[in-house]
Amino acid sequence: MRRRRLIATGIASALALGALAACAPGDSGGAQPTNGPASSGEVTTDIASLGDVELTVWDQEVRGSQNDALESLNKAFQDKYPNVTIKRVKQSNDDLQQQLQLALSGDDVPDVAQVNNARGDMGQYVAAGQLVDLEPYAKAYGWSDRFSDSVLAKVRYSSDGKTFGEGNLYGLPQTGEIVGLFYSKSKLEALGAELPATWTDYFAILDKAKAAGEQPMVLGNIEKWPAFHVFGPLQANYVPADDIVKLGMGNAGADWMAQGNVDAMTQFAKWGTEGYFGSSPNGTDYDPAWAEFGKGTGVFLPAGSWVGADLEAIMGDDLGFMAPPAGLDGQLATTGGTGIPFAIPAKAKNPDVAAAYLDFITTDEAMKIIADNGGFPVNNAAELAPASGVNKEIYEAFDKVSNEGTLLPYLDYATPSFADTAGQGFQEALGGQRSPEEVLQAFQDDYGRFVGE
Amino acid sequence: MTKQGRERPSAVVRGRMTPYLYLLPALLVYGTFLLFPVVRTAQFSLYDWSGFGPATFVGLDNYAGLVGDRRFADAIGHSLYLIIFYSLIPLAAGLVLAAILRRGQVKGMGFFRVLIFMPQVIALVVVAVAWRQIYTPGGTLNQILGWFGIDSDRGWLGEPDTALSAVGVIGFWVQFGLVMLLLLAGMGRIPNELYEAARLDGANPVAEFFAVTLPAVRGEIATALVLTIIAALKTFDLVYMTTSGGPGSATTVPSYEVYNRAFQLKQVGSASAVAIVLTLIVFTINVFVSRIGEERRALR
Repeated sequence: MRRRRLIATGIASALALGALAACAPGDSGGAQPTNGPASSGEVTTDIASLGDVELTVWDQEVRGSQNDALESLNKAFQDKYPNVTIKRVKQSNDDLQQQLQLALSGDDVPDVAQVNNARGDMGQYVAAGQLVDLEPYAKAYGWSDRFSDSVLAKVRYSSDGKTFGEGNLYGLPQTGEIVGLFYSKSKLEALGAELPATWTDYFAILDKAKAAGEQPMVLGNIEKWPAFHVFGPLQANYVPADDIVKLGMGNAGADWMAQGNVDAMTQFAKWGTEGYFGSSPNGTDYDPAWAEFGKGTGVFLPAGSWVGADLEAIMGDDLGFMAPPAGLDGQLATTGGTGIPFAIPAKAKNPDVAAAYLDFITTDEAMKIIADNGGFPVNNAAELAPASGVNKEIYEAFDKVSNEGTLLPYLDYATPSFADTAGQGFQEALGGQRSPEEVLQAFQDDYGRFVGE
Repeated sequence: MTKQGRERPSAVVRGRMTPYLYLLPALLVYGTFLLFPVVRTAQFSLYDWSGFGPATFVGLDNYAGLVGDRRFADAIGHSLYLIIFYSLIPLAAGLVLAAILRRGQVKGMGFFRVLIFMPQVIALVVVAVAWRQIYTPGGTLNQILGWFGIDSDRGWLGEPDTALSAVGVIGFWVQFGLVMLLLLAGMGRIPNELYEAARLDGANPVAEFFAVTLPAVRGEIATALVLTIIAALKTFDLVYMTTSGGPGSATTVPSYEVYNRAFQLKQVGSASAVAIVLTLIVFTINVFVSRIGEERRALR
């Protein structure tokens, strides 16, 4: 009896609380966002005439070299336009992206903010009309001449947010990234091998290394995402770049079950199960793995440009970097992208000044300042490359691929759940738990469900 | 008149609602920070919602989606398997070791108690990072195996057949101290006379353990079981920091699914449904365990 009474009271109070919480989740009752100055049509590039302006910038360039570069650019901008005061708010990228999500749905927004390119971030905001369409400014300032198409594709969305990679411009990046092959010069020499000119050459060197008792490649994949940077370039050897872009950006018209993808995944699984990455890539951490490469484990390290500087500190002249060999039909393509792009929220108070700021921090002079501070400029990388060292090779590879070839998107851009699906799938393929076809079917299910919507 | 001599309690004190008035302050705090979030979660579980923007009411669809969800079923299975490492092994090992310590009246007991309890005090993130080093192909575990002539370059967290047990062993290492401490405290309260009496009756150490020690610490056993089973079922940080549920989905657990669905996949509804189901499972198992504890106590 007593117990029953207690339960009844419990249910009653739960219901009461439920009534308190009755409003549906996500009800903000807020106003509908507008679409910025694009709708009014007029943009101005004459900033000096706008009177005193405070420009609020939310960025995540907190690390040493990036911070220095942006500080000096901010100062130069304020020197050029004495009527503008920049109010800079910097924080880590994780914090910034979380805050933005909340801020953009309210009224108190910054004038400029760094917004992640992915569908889950920029794509969602575009669909909700929360970012300014930068096309009018792009025409006024000539941005399409300044940036390569391959780079700008990473910040283009259709205005409904459904298509990624084409459509209007919603942000401008300052820095670049490229995934390629780091290698040990001395180990290649010991194997009597030249730098591979084709994927067939590359496979042959790997076999040679394995036969000689060397670990052919290094991969630490316990975190699940590092495998993306191995599969991405490999895929370009089997699949047309256009199809990879569709798959990677979650646009309709491609198929994960196509023969090329099956071949790529089969090769990838073979590398995993036959020990090309050592005994246990899935049981090895990412950072220690590339550090081990620095200390002499393995011949090649397929990885992103961001580990270059640290590796060079360990390996010195022995370290080399190359873009992956040309893929299917001689296409130059590898996974790469941009730093977090700068965008303008739709409710920004000073969109014209914000656009002038975007323009200012991506000019050729700005690129030079970024390079001088040790950053990786997204434009003119080859000219601005240091005279020697691994960064020279990285910048040149990026310049070549972004101008003559295709920078393939990170595959997890595709759908909100693709990082999860593919992260799991790559591990299962590497460990031989599931066949390449089964893994690809899971990829196709995820992709198909998304583009089918 | 003698009985009426005492003043009658006021109407307020006699009122039916009065006891609830005493409850009110605690209930307010409890309600705000515990009940309200739980109810709100239950409510979210009825919606299709990405975490911001508009939500669609979908009734029990999120729950229906969990039936036949391979990953969810795996996650539940994994957490049940972890109970062995988090609860049962620490309890068995703890009972034996504590009984031995109790018999031996070891010197410097306080020091050992601190040492044994240490894993509980260290932040789990630190624990996980340390154990990741132990489990890597070139890590401590393989080195130690090498001393015994077992040549291994296995990445313990990377193989589907060892990853979950490897996580479990970390759980054992963490929970063992808590169980041990509870049992030592319980055994410390047993009067020496009981043991003397048993010995006079000719009991050997094993018989002593089953006749005296074990019945005396039933309460502690129940407490230890409840605490460690809850810890096993709601494991998150260890899995998040060691394997992210991998390789594949070999070590995913319900709490990790909640996190993954809510913050990675932005399926807040489905995440809430998983959370509610997990809460119910934890609740049911613990009602069951504490019932056993209570009934035994009643028998005494």
